[in-house]
Amino acid sequence: MVDRLLVLGGGTAGTMIVNKLRRRLDVSRWHITVVDRDDAHHYQPGYLFLPFGGYSTEQVTKSRHAFITDGVEFVIAEVDRIDPDANTVSMIDGRVLPYDYLVIASGVSPRPDRTPGMLGSEWRRSIFDFYTLDGAQALADALAEFDGGRFVVHITDLPIKCPVAPLEFTFMADAYFRRRGIRAKVDIVYVTPLSGAFTKPVSSKRLGSMLEVRNVVVETDFLVERVDTEAKTLVSYDEREVPFDLLVTVPLNMGADFVERSGLGDEMNYVPVDKHTLLSNAHPNIFAVGDASDIPTSKAGSVAHFAVEIFCDNFVDHVQGKPMTGSFDGHANCFIESGDGRGLLIDFNYDTEPLTGKYPVPLVGPFSLLTETRANHLGKLAFRWMYWNALLPGRPIPLPSHMSMAGKHTED
Amino acid sequence: MPVATMDGRQIHVNDEGFLTDPTEWNDQLADTLAGQIGIQLTEAHWKAIRFLRDDFAVKGETPAIRRVSIAGGIPVKELFTLFPQKPAKKMAYIAGLPKPRGCV
Repeated sequence: MVDRLLVLGGGTAGTMIVNKLRRRLDVSRWHITVVDRDDAHHYQPGYLFLPFGGYSTEQVTKSRHAFITDGVEFVIAEVDRIDPDANTVSMIDGRVLPYDYLVIASGVSPRPDRTPGMLGSEWRRSIFDFYTLDGAQALADALAEFDGGRFVVHITDLPIKCPVAPLEFTFMADAYFRRRGIRAKVDIVYVTPLSGAFTKPVSSKRLGSMLEVRNVVVETDFLVERVDTEAKTLVSYDEREVPFDLLVTVPLNMGADFVERSGLGDEMNYVPVDKHTLLSNAHPNIFAVGDASDIPTSKAGSVAHFAVEIFCDNFVDHVQGKPMTGSFDGHANCFIESGDGRGLLIDFNYDTEPLTGKYPVPLVGPFSLLTETRANHLGKLAFRWMYWNALLPGRPIPLPSHMSMAGKHTED
Repeated sequence: MPVATMDGRQIHVNDEGFLTDPTEWNDQLADTLAGQIGIQLTEAHWKAIRFLRDDFAVKGETPAIRRVSIAGGIPVKELFTLFPQKPAKKMAYIAGLPKPRGCV
């Protein structure tokens, strides 16, 4: 009797899961398969650096199969739909893969088509995104040609992948324009659906003042209804207008279409799960891990990383009929690039907002929370190596999965 | 934890005035909370408020604006008319629910 674990998506979460579970599940009893539509694994945090001429395509893209351990079957196919009653997944090419346990790890994708006008005649002419490889590359060319005017960084709606990335992009654009000696000719505007620079009070205040000193105008509570491509203007639902010469937008992020086709998603195609165990609310043998689920936190590789650690322990218990004792707390941390070779770090979970302090060792660091330092920038650069060489292969990383209050200042 | 006195009874709220115990909420309190932020509740407002309450009871989270629009069947544009400027926060405030979570 062989049990079949099927993982849909060979990104950060899916790759880590199959590599970790292959080591823990008996090879003679468990068949593990991972499905993705292509063989290109993208290091998405690297996209941030591409528009400014840092990082090559080779540094941010590698073969998926090179990171999937022996003993795991890798299938390249486009998923058509999941049949949760039959415990099968059918592919567009007609293949049908049966499963005993299914993990949906198909992430989210930017959907510029969901905002009228965004994907129109100005797309990749004066409207760009940097959450796709080709978008980031196209933006590099547009930035090189930009010599002044209204430069607008815009977030369509939350959640987005890596909520700090648009801020980092803004800080880096400011540094980039200064380096080129044209900063005085550029008006930088940051347009957000939030009521401040960021979600939570302490970090919003810190990051907001970093925008202020960089002379960035912040337009808050702005929920875009459409892009007027004739007038090159963002128009909100309450009829405010923000004109642009160059718009860098973060489109709406939605889960995979096959999730919707399978009737397993919410209105954003995210899979509803228990936020502590990641088990589907509807099916006892389906999990959703990483960006694909509806857990109330960031869509980010860091969340996926800490969640996978807990998920793997739980999965081994769950398949033996034992209760799942691990409970994911929403832990994540992110380096925030702030330009000029410096950066910040934030560390937080479902209940604790990003605070100041030191990480991971109290008082020592080497990283400083919510403070701009050179060490944080170097940490961010070093993380790309960690990602390819330790994280994806599922090697242990000496950071606890649960958030710790040690080293954090609770009064700012 | 601050306590506010509304409609002659004690209500538990957070620093921003959002109710911390959804069970302390009732229709009359919704009218009072709405009045505090300059909104006179009509049937159209109530449709949104009831959706928030029902959805929270099932999901345990305050729905985001797109969810209210798609699952609740009220166009985003109308939500901005009913609850000007900050519909997500204002709806949650009146419905006696936590502010919808951002992504961190």
